[in-house]
Amino acid sequence: MAPLMEEPTQVDLDAPLKSAPKLVAPEPEHCPGPESTQAGVADSCAGCPNQKICASAPKGPDPDIPLITDRLSSVRHKILVLSGKGGVGKSTFSTLLSFAFASNPSLTIGLMDTDICGPSIPKMFGVEDETIHVSGEGWEPVWVQDNLGVMSVQFMLPNRDDAVIWRGAKKNGLIKKFLSEVRWGDTDLLVVDTPPGTSDEHLSVNSFLKTSGVDGAVLVCTPQEVALLDVRKEIDFCRKAKIPILGLVENMSGFVCPGCRYESQIFRASTGGGRKLAEDEGIPFLGSVPLDPRIGQACDYGESFLDAFPESPACAAIKRVVRRVGQEMGIKGDILGEDGS
Amino acid sequence: MPLENVKKIMLVLSGKGGVGKSSITTQLALTLSLQGHSVGVLDIDLTGPSIPRFFGIEEQKVRQAPGGWIPVPVHDKQSLPARGSTSTSSSQHNGDAATNPPTEVGSLSCMSLGFILANRSDAVIWRGPKKTAMVRQFLTDVLWPPLDYLLIDTPPGTSDEHISLLETLLKSTSGPAAPPNQLAGAVVVTTPQAISISDVKKELNFCKKTGIRVLGVVENMAGFVCPNCSECTYVFSKGGGQVMAEEFGVPFLGSVPIDPAFVVLVEEGVRPVYPEGTVVAGKTAATVEKLDGEASKEGLLVDKYRDCSLAPLFDGIVANVVEGISKSG
Repeated sequence: MAPLMEEPTQVDLDAPLKSAPKLVAPEPEHCPGPESTQAGVADSCAGCPNQKICASAPKGPDPDIPLITDRLSSVRHKILVLSGKGGVGKSTFSTLLSFAFASNPSLTIGLMDTDICGPSIPKMFGVEDETIHVSGEGWEPVWVQDNLGVMSVQFMLPNRDDAVIWRGAKKNGLIKKFLSEVRWGDTDLLVVDTPPGTSDEHLSVNSFLKTSGVDGAVLVCTPQEVALLDVRKEIDFCRKAKIPILGLVENMSGFVCPGCRYESQIFRASTGGGRKLAEDEGIPFLGSVPLDPRIGQACDYGESFLDAFPESPACAAIKRVVRRVGQEMGIKGDILGEDGS
Repeated sequence: MPLENVKKIMLVLSGKGGVGKSSITTQLALTLSLQGHSVGVLDIDLTGPSIPRFFGIEEQKVRQAPGGWIPVPVHDKQSLPARGSTSTSSSQHNGDAATNPPTEVGSLSCMSLGFILANRSDAVIWRGPKKTAMVRQFLTDVLWPPLDYLLIDTPPGTSDEHISLLETLLKSTSGPAAPPNQLAGAVVVTTPQAISISDVKKELNFCKKTGIRVLGVVENMAGFVCPNCSECTYVFSKGGGQVMAEEFGVPFLGSVPIDPAFVVLVEEGVRPVYPEGTVVAGKTAATVEKLDGEASKEGLLVDKYRDCSLAPLFDGIVANVVEGISKSG
């Protein structure tokens, strides 16, 4: 087969969803997606063994979408934490963001981990060995604090180190369950942590949450161009999917040597770092968080860095960023419920 | 089947993102090339390809030939002058040049989705089946030159790309036309902190389930040497990689510290220079005279990499891996 040089067709982000039919064969390369309205009737469906099934499936919108919207009607704000690049600190930032919000006792926070193949959130909260309780009203999130609930695939694994070797469609099914079955209840803020990339998980979260409304996405990056390159792709994704961007956070910017107080740029911003990227793309720059080894340690031990080292410069920087996130979401007053600064 | 030209295939895997899979792949490729092997690098990270950037060939495009794609060449087989005798070398280096023979480097070429995209910041928004098709195409339609090693850089996780990659590879390497033991195994990359280890353990279990041999674990970002006071700080904790390797009974290949000079080499193409007395991984980094401006950017990536403090470390890691592969036949 002579390969095609041009970039192949991409997923239609605006297509309304309907429920996916049961397929007899794997989805072919140019499949418009069994959930799309084009299913079974698009040009590329000719000759596919699934064509009849797709074409005869009910055409209405996915019956689960109203279910999700209904479930999430009691959740006031929803934020996505995204980054095209892995290991830049999406989960760390989601954790810190949730801890910071939850330090305000008048708020109830939910955190959903959509990274199915590499869930880090439970470890960062020290709740790795918890399991999900199922009640008549749905799945109960794991409560880390009185006002901070967490949901992750890790809670469903029989063994801690089991690999989740799933293709996209199966991951989408679980994410749908997380949104339709979990009893988030009366929650002020739902933070959605995502895996790196721009693929199934991101598309699913976007389409499932479209009708219930997302406040926006916080993008996380590190200063070096290798990482920024992938974050640009994520910005492009947000624009195409019409997800509002709340702003960009630069993580791991600058490392202060504990021995001599000399600040080095471990991940050098040869192209201007996150600030320049935010300016170029016309999105708010929420701030930079320095690289502090104690943040990593706090995550390893599952405790809140903000509680453990409240005096550190990194803690102050994180709180500034969290306040900016609150402002960008249009929440009046101090989101942290603290006075001053 | 274009993979017939390839003697050994090595995967670079990690359950966790941003631990340095692409960085390790790059350094393994450069080191293999420095040891005289011909090397190909295939990047199957479709939504975040980094390999073009690492090799400084972002502007390149893939050419099409009858029957497939021609990978982008990084450098051809050639001999590099002995270290220290390049450009402005002073008299003190002349003695070394006489004793050090020139290095024979093998050819190096790359294939990545990054070479196919019209615009470098375009997002590739694909669901699983599309990614599966692309991975298959990368394995079947790239016209590799005869290669000693093909390194495959993967995205984080254990999902579509990985399943498709292994399905296709296991099928093709078990065919009668494939060289014996063509699929040599996987190098697994981690960083030392517990968060990363817990994800990478999943990847090791993935290898176990799919029957892929683990050639070894590399612990990346283990320690950072302050350029001001030479004190080593374990930014992301330490020792996790070794403990994990022991627990799973797989070889531990070594710890790679953070070297900002390597980042600068990749990002700006500047030949690594270290202040006098910098000790990295127990070895004193060679001090080469600092060159000004453009002169510091001259030369091939593989030539400049020889001055990087990590080069001797990778020389050892690669020697270990190659020995491990040859033992099994």
